[in-house]
Amino acid sequence: MLSPPKGKFRSLDTFNESLAVGYKLLPFRFIRLDSNRYVLTNEVGEFIVVDDNTLRELVSKVLQPNSDIYNDLKAKHFLFDDDSNVALDLLSLKVRSKYEQLSQFTGLHLFVVTLRCDHSCPYCQVSRQSDDRLAFDMSKETAAKGLELTFKSPSPNIKIEFQGGEPLLNFELIKWIVIEAERMNEVHKRDLQFVITTNLSQINDEILEFARQHGILFSTSLDGPEYIHKANRPRPGDDSYTRTISGINRIRESIGPDSVSALMTTTEKSLGSVKEIIDEYVQQGFHHIFLRPLSPYGFAIKTRWYERYDVDRWLDFYFEGLDYILKLNKDGLPFVEIYASIILNKMFSPFGTTYVDLMSPAGHGIAVIAFNYDGEVYASDESRMLAEMGDKTFRLGNIHKNTYEEMMLSDTLLDALEQSITESVPSCNDCAFQPYCGSDPTFHYATQKDVVGHKAFSAFCRRNMAIMRRLVTLLTDDADARRILMSWVRI
Amino acid sequence: MLRLNTKEIEAVGKTTRSDQVIARISTNPNLPAAVRSSHIFLAKKSDELPGGFSYVFCLEDSLKNEDIKASDVSDVYQIPQYLNFVGDGDIVRFNPLKGMLNVLYRKSSAFNALLVTERCNNFCLMCSQPPKDIDDSYIVQDLLKAIPLMSRSSPEICITGGEPTLLGDDLLRLLKALKGNLPSTAVHVLSNGRRFSDPEFTAKMATINHHDLMYGIPVYSDVSNIHDYVVQADGAFDETIRGILNLKQNGQRVEIRVVLHKQTYKRLPQLAMFLARNLLFVDHVALMGLENMGFTKFNMDDLWIDPYDYQKELRDAVEILHRYRMNVSIYNLQLCLLDDWLKPFARKSDLPQFLRTVN
Repeated sequence: MLSPPKGKFRSLDTFNESLAVGYKLLPFRFIRLDSNRYVLTNEVGEFIVVDDNTLRELVSKVLQPNSDIYNDLKAKHFLFDDDSNVALDLLSLKVRSKYEQLSQFTGLHLFVVTLRCDHSCPYCQVSRQSDDRLAFDMSKETAAKGLELTFKSPSPNIKIEFQGGEPLLNFELIKWIVIEAERMNEVHKRDLQFVITTNLSQINDEILEFARQHGILFSTSLDGPEYIHKANRPRPGDDSYTRTISGINRIRESIGPDSVSALMTTTEKSLGSVKEIIDEYVQQGFHHIFLRPLSPYGFAIKTRWYERYDVDRWLDFYFEGLDYILKLNKDGLPFVEIYASIILNKMFSPFGTTYVDLMSPAGHGIAVIAFNYDGEVYASDESRMLAEMGDKTFRLGNIHKNTYEEMMLSDTLLDALEQSITESVPSCNDCAFQPYCGSDPTFHYATQKDVVGHKAFSAFCRRNMAIMRRLVTLLTDDADARRILMSWVRI
Repeated sequence: MLRLNTKEIEAVGKTTRSDQVIARISTNPNLPAAVRSSHIFLAKKSDELPGGFSYVFCLEDSLKNEDIKASDVSDVYQIPQYLNFVGDGDIVRFNPLKGMLNVLYRKSSAFNALLVTERCNNFCLMCSQPPKDIDDSYIVQDLLKAIPLMSRSSPEICITGGEPTLLGDDLLRLLKALKGNLPSTAVHVLSNGRRFSDPEFTAKMATINHHDLMYGIPVYSDVSNIHDYVVQADGAFDETIRGILNLKQNGQRVEIRVVLHKQTYKRLPQLAMFLARNLLFVDHVALMGLENMGFTKFNMDDLWIDPYDYQKELRDAVEILHRYRMNVSIYNLQLCLLDDWLKPFARKSDLPQFLRTVN
């Protein structure tokens, strides 16, 4: 039997001696959270909320070694001391994971197969055309060139999204593109996915059967209960709501419950009705909602619907919705707000997002590319919306005239990307929310005629800062909310 | 608990040899003569004693001494009753001069642990197998003889210590032998991971290319000095973390092992978050209740906390790991103590009692 080794063991204090000589700070940013607290974020988005005094002590390097807050800051890689420097290895690994997707390059390829539409939404951001003018349809030759460019992307995940107008008005071309893309993919071997963004008014059995056979997903618009949806999205016969709902149900029955998702757009009419809108989504069997503001493009500008509410009114709407969704969850109904979940994923996942608006550098061209019906190539969906308003600032080239290399290496793209890196954008570079945010060059160009924009006047900045502050506060102060919000993170 | 070692083996009748053997136990009196010399015959009550085996064992009180002495067979030894679990296919080290018998491997056990060295460069407060600073390189040599005798149907072999990586190239040899001789057996190496902070060593170990090998490595805190205190070694945290990174970079499977006690429970949720944020790519996280063995007895005041009192921290930690889709299990805790939500994560302990070497 062993003799008791008492005395051979050293106390915790002797292992703390190396802390006595002080610590060094690792890169982090901070911003005031509320009247007496700051939120600190490090380079890879780990965050911690501290009171004013703790922040002062931290930066003055007088924090008490081995105190709880010292250990929290050390383990989250805000500081390091003589006892350990593995933080540097781990941080660099995390930075690499966070930016890894950049190396994959463009995943989302938008094919605007027609600009025609049977709806006449006053907020239409793509400036649709009435539905009898074939001049606004994409030709097979243009589509073929688009596919050629699509498979030039090195990304292992290729998503082809059919956009419009109402893309189902040119279903023959969609069929051709899907079959041709699948044929090309026999050689390219990518993970290939198709989505049709549609108002569902044109859905029929032929389309459903084709979609089922080829695993095509549908994305539609549902703005809320019938009276809001109909007012936002008029069409001849005043039946846009019933057509959308019946389309959703037909897809679910014939393909599967998860084959259709819906997006909402907030209009002035929506503002007081966020609970009704959410309830509509719940009743229609959706498990999530994306509360989205209007964007400053197309008819939304022409009809001035875009100006009818400002960012603060929209935020009231959003937060009322978020609170209501949290209550639904607390009461036993799992339900997700997508925009919050995208930000939460940026907070808690080791990987970056592929959501274009919250990328740095922006997703322009390198996460998404748009092939317009007329063969013009744009850096994003919003860029082609801007182009329909007569401003081709973000035009990368023409499918028939330019090579892939010419477009992807064009100054138009590279300049916008370089200016969209929030790590170096004025007032983003020292903002604590930088790791969670992105830059939307098209938005800032559209609103301020400058791809960077002055953030003090940016609705994008104001909206995101407010939402991120709210999320950090909920995560820190409300254990129930934290549990719910964490369940929205998809690792 | 089974007693796997004894120094109480006595000869009955005449002896013709006294060399130490690593041999497989057989109860088959008709075993072909060609393989008998690598076997020890274990006699049952009614058996006629066969010749040609290296040694013959009979369980205490099973055969009459006079009958043994009267037979032609020599080198017969009586083994005590507490070794009555020994059976066909088990592998033993037998030293007749010292009367010493160590059961190295039990065929009937789904999990066999091989203690490969008693040396260690950590000195953990709760070590269940207190290290000794001795030259025990003979153990590997014995195991290299034992491995070819093991059953190919063994589900899992655990390599433990001491710190197995202190063996250096000998560990490489051992794992290669396991791979070659037991092509369908899983291997679980319990290591403190520090040696893997050497990229060359790790790359070399990875060349074994074993079909089912997991390194189980403890991380006791998200804070370096607390981990170093628990393992009583300065700089251990950094070496262990770098070791884990190197192993994963070389495509090796890694399990993080956390023993729950007074020094580790408080920051358990923070440790879970640290693992999720920094080591998301590890293959398994095992959270284990404290066992009252080895050093634990001497450090009870610094280690003991009633598991009932750390259920909140345990649940928070498991929630975080589960949320991050990490594969997490709880071992060595009574189900009745566990928070209901945690019960699906509880596993039956997969490790047998450690094989203790008696010198």
